[in-house]
Amino acid sequence: MKILVIGAGPAGTRCATRIAERDPAAEVTLCGAEAALPYDRVALSSLLAGEKAVPELITHELMALRAQRIAYRPATTIEALDRDAHVAVTARGERIGYDRVVIATGSRAIRLPVPGAELAGVLTYRSLNDVRAMLSAARNGGAAVVVGGGLLGLEAAAGLALRGMKVTVLHPVGWPMERQLDAGAGALLARRMGLRGIAFAMPAQLVAIEGTVRVSGVRLADGRVIPASIVVMAVGIRPDTALAVASGLDVGRGIRVDGCMRSSDPHILAIGECAEVEGRCIGLVAPALEQAEIAAATLAGEDARWSARADVAALKVSGTAVWSAGDIGAESEAVTLRDEGEDRYRRLFLREDRLVGAVLYGDVADSGFYLDLIASKRQVGRMRAALALGPAFAGAV
Amino acid sequence: MDGGLRPATRTTCPYCGVGCGVLATAEGGVRGDPAHPANQGRLCSKGMALGETYGLEGRLLHPMVRGRRASWDAALDAVAEGFRAALAEHGPEGIGLYVSGQLLTEDYYAANKLAKGFLGTGNIDSNSRLCMASAVAAHRRAFGEDLVPGVYDDLEQADLVVLVGSNLAWCHPVLHQRLLAAKAMRPAMLIVVVDPRRTSSCEAADLHLALRPGSDVALFLGLLRHLGKAGFTVPPEMLHDVDVPALTGIDPTQLAIFHHWFVRTDRVVTLWSQGTNQSSSGTDKANAIINCHLVTGRIGRPGMGPFSVTGQPNAMGGREVGALSNMLAGHLDAENAGEVAALRGFWQAPNLATKPGLKAVELFRAGEAGRIGAMWVMATNPAVSLPDSAMARRALARIPCLIVSDCSAGTDTMEHAQVVLPALGWGEKDGTVTNSERVISRQRSFLPRPGEARPDWWIIAQVAERLGWGEHFAWSGAAAIFREHAAVTALARPAPRVFDISGLADLSDAGYAAMPPTQWPVPRHGPSGGRINPPVQRLISSPFRIPAHTGEMVLMTGRLRDQWHTMTRTGRVPRLMSHAPEPVLTLNPADADGLTEGALVRVTSEWGEAVLRLAFDAGMSRGACFAPMHFTDAFAPRARINAAVTPAVDPISGQPELKHTPVTLTPFAARWHGFLLARKPLGARLGDWCAVSPAAEGVWRHEIVGSGEGAFAELSGALGEGAPTIALHAEATGEHRAAWLRDGALVATLFLGPDHLLPPREWLLSLFAADAIGSAARHALLAGALPDGPPPSPTICACHGVNGATIRAAIEAGARDVAAIGAATCAGTGCGSCKPELTALLGKQKIPA
Repeated sequence: MKILVIGAGPAGTRCATRIAERDPAAEVTLCGAEAALPYDRVALSSLLAGEKAVPELITHELMALRAQRIAYRPATTIEALDRDAHVAVTARGERIGYDRVVIATGSRAIRLPVPGAELAGVLTYRSLNDVRAMLSAARNGGAAVVVGGGLLGLEAAAGLALRGMKVTVLHPVGWPMERQLDAGAGALLARRMGLRGIAFAMPAQLVAIEGTVRVSGVRLADGRVIPASIVVMAVGIRPDTALAVASGLDVGRGIRVDGCMRSSDPHILAIGECAEVEGRCIGLVAPALEQAEIAAATLAGEDARWSARADVAALKVSGTAVWSAGDIGAESEAVTLRDEGEDRYRRLFLREDRLVGAVLYGDVADSGFYLDLIASKRQVGRMRAALALGPAFAGAV
Repeated sequence: MDGGLRPATRTTCPYCGVGCGVLATAEGGVRGDPAHPANQGRLCSKGMALGETYGLEGRLLHPMVRGRRASWDAALDAVAEGFRAALAEHGPEGIGLYVSGQLLTEDYYAANKLAKGFLGTGNIDSNSRLCMASAVAAHRRAFGEDLVPGVYDDLEQADLVVLVGSNLAWCHPVLHQRLLAAKAMRPAMLIVVVDPRRTSSCEAADLHLALRPGSDVALFLGLLRHLGKAGFTVPPEMLHDVDVPALTGIDPTQLAIFHHWFVRTDRVVTLWSQGTNQSSSGTDKANAIINCHLVTGRIGRPGMGPFSVTGQPNAMGGREVGALSNMLAGHLDAENAGEVAALRGFWQAPNLATKPGLKAVELFRAGEAGRIGAMWVMATNPAVSLPDSAMARRALARIPCLIVSDCSAGTDTMEHAQVVLPALGWGEKDGTVTNSERVISRQRSFLPRPGEARPDWWIIAQVAERLGWGEHFAWSGAAAIFREHAAVTALARPAPRVFDISGLADLSDAGYAAMPPTQWPVPRHGPSGGRINPPVQRLISSPFRIPAHTGEMVLMTGRLRDQWHTMTRTGRVPRLMSHAPEPVLTLNPADADGLTEGALVRVTSEWGEAVLRLAFDAGMSRGACFAPMHFTDAFAPRARINAAVTPAVDPISGQPELKHTPVTLTPFAARWHGFLLARKPLGARLGDWCAVSPAAEGVWRHEIVGSGEGAFAELSGALGEGAPTIALHAEATGEHRAAWLRDGALVATLFLGPDHLLPPREWLLSLFAADAIGSAARHALLAGALPDGPPPSPTICACHGVNGATIRAAIEAGARDVAAIGAATCAGTGCGSCKPELTALLGKQKIPA
């Protein structure tokens, strides 16, 4: 059976290797759009920060893939699927036959459609090439503006600052990472990053990027202009569904798949950030890897189903551990624990007497306890406050 | 004296009527005086902590007139003018003096002389009216004179001691220690406690008769009848037919044991106290007790007798000088024309009042009705201590010229005062007190006079001078007053009056200064001191009456072990507050009726209400609840229990019924409960209900309950320390926990929750001693507990600060008795006041096999 995996990110690569392991007879082809070996995208921040070099990011050497009889094709973008003919067409016009396809095209970074967004020096923060461009710009020092104070934006800012640039973060909300943190924790984080020389313009609205050929600065809604030799857009991602749309698959926000990761065409599966299961798209690597496992099982004829579990994000932001899990939406009941002296913060989200989400900042030692509570859907009882004090005290109060 | 401490001054404790000798130094050293006959070196927890009460915070240090600081001249002029105006408008009946068992005999004498002799009014009454007026009335009915026949030694020599309405263990701890020591030497000695509550005094008792509140007379009528059947001569008119088991609720078997013991034991002391006296039948109760001793002839001999123990350090002294509205002076009889004339001549007081004046509650009723033009309150706090305190406060507000002299500033009573005068306190003033066994002891000064404070007698004499009577009050000092007082006791001679200290009337100043504890009588000739077989002995018919007001739930009030009166002195001592930091109502759990232990309960009566924390105690009799009488506006304004207490009084003694108010108990509805621990006091006006108390390490504990919105913001605003360092918020359930740290050390903690189930405070309080709260401890701090540490536990032993958990651990480790607990933990080795609680813990703990 010929299996084509489109996308050599963590999900696609994991799926390809699992299929090969399960079925030695399978002919697995793995196509990656980037001209690189499969690498750990999550570790790009380490690369930017200088903690790792490029070779350390590579997750699968060519020899290893070959040993698994996986045909790896870098710099190969699939433009369309001829579903009747069971043929994939590459950007170069090459036709690759398949019995089954797994789409793992991931996401694209969003570029704000402001004037000047196409100027040289306006980057996103998504790929190895993006980081290479940032590093290249940072070599000359100067000022950088990061648009977006979410996790990626802060990682980019921290890395650029480490590389010697004078960084300003623009963020439309009054504190960074507002999806994970409330104002108080956000303030703790901004204060900590400020100590590393990172400035914040919050709340601030970008209206234009200034410059003629290359970027020279950004203009804000309040009229301020902040000079910058590079601008990094880190305002979010969007599932990359271009191929699926072009191929006539059922697409919502992502490629609609069932619990077995099958799309509207049963020969075509989709996994990772480009897939949409029960109306939800994921944005983290752990569930993407789970979906890869499910897809491999499905192709092997097993009845495996993926269901959304608590999203878990364990991150380091500028040296501070941040962990979040589950649903951290606004309509929950919140418990917050803030320690100004120790730079620690916790926020728990409850609904109907159950823990549905949690954010830990600064001290993530109890993350397992909260994840278990979220996953098990245990009732937490009348006293909410003690829950934030961790497992040693949750029953004590 | 370089480097050395000054020698200790021999003085007398200012608290209860035991009258213990104290050796005290200005540096705060306090120990029991081994040479004093009352205590022979012992002290209780309150006495041991006297050295911690010298501080001048909360002291009144200068006169005030209408809320402004004034000179002594201006203040005394204002007092004199107030009296003149009241005399002009109302006559002598429009004057009132409300004085105190805290006064020294000399001060008392001066006040009584001014009131009865010169202002010409009988309206001088003492807070002793609330304490033992019923005993006084009973003594006068039975002995023709206010006479306590027995001596403390009788308690040790008795074979049967019956404690009636007396929690001796808490209220007169040193006497209780003496009693227990005697019982330890002679285990055959029997102790019976007659009390609706299973108090600490019951721990060492052989029999507890948990009678229904207010039924004491029935019990002793039954005993009298039984004594008659057993062969003692009881006149038929003394026999009243009562169904003792039905009225008292006491099991007939227990009654039979009591009767049996009483009949067969010659050496019986029946000791009674406020539980007996504070009743609408208090006088009859006391006479019913005395009757049983008279028919058995068990009086005036070693180890036997009826024994009234007073609450205050100088209640007896006040009785001696006649500072009660229905007494004259020196036990002189107002109805004996010769004695009245003798006193009038001696005092050169043509205006001498001969009619009885108004008793405490009547006096305030008159004030409420606008019939009092000027009232002088000395060394007492009637706004808190009188029953139906709403009435008392209306009276205080209505009296045109209210004068308050006190050593404390800002008492509840001062709120309405026109003139406030600073008096000396214990350790500063100099004079005598008389204890419950007629021993006159010196209170000597060893501390400097603070600010502009002056002795009470001096203040009284200055007022008298401004009213034109200066020559009659021109004493050179306390010794001169004492000599005059002693001389008065000779005026009735040769009348058969036992109270005679004329043998001390010629005491020199030096002799007075050095006077050792001296038991009266001290006649000029003949034997002095010792036990007295009263020359007059009358049986008094005391029929049973039901209390003035009855109901299904009855409120009793009383003392706490480590508190004194309205807490102006003891309330400042953390280790005394730690035993009972909050006002608590105790109730038998079987009477809970939907009330929750630990929550707040509203106590409502016909007269008012109070709100206290509820605790269950299976030792309470059914249908009765108990509340401490101490709490004031300064400590817990909503918990002033006297706001709910009936103003009913005993028809003979005028003593208020503080132990029998029909009440209803309902939950106190509140949206949030909390506590705030801070290094400064924030007052007791936080939330809807607040109780504030000092704790160790200079920390103040505020228990707060309320229903308002934004409690966390409001209380942290009151704290004024800005945003908390650590904060835990769960808005949906109303849980807020926060701590403020400075340089790592705790400054304050605030805990709020939707109900009373908050962490124990003791462990959190102990954290204030830490130099820094480390990373690991910070979650424990907000949890209010170590994850696996010993559970926080209340203090049992105030002297050594030993908590219940430590004591339980010692018992588990093998301590089998109080002495072993003491060896292991030090608990009970200080004053011994906690020994009954140790005994109770020994009983509760399952001893490992």
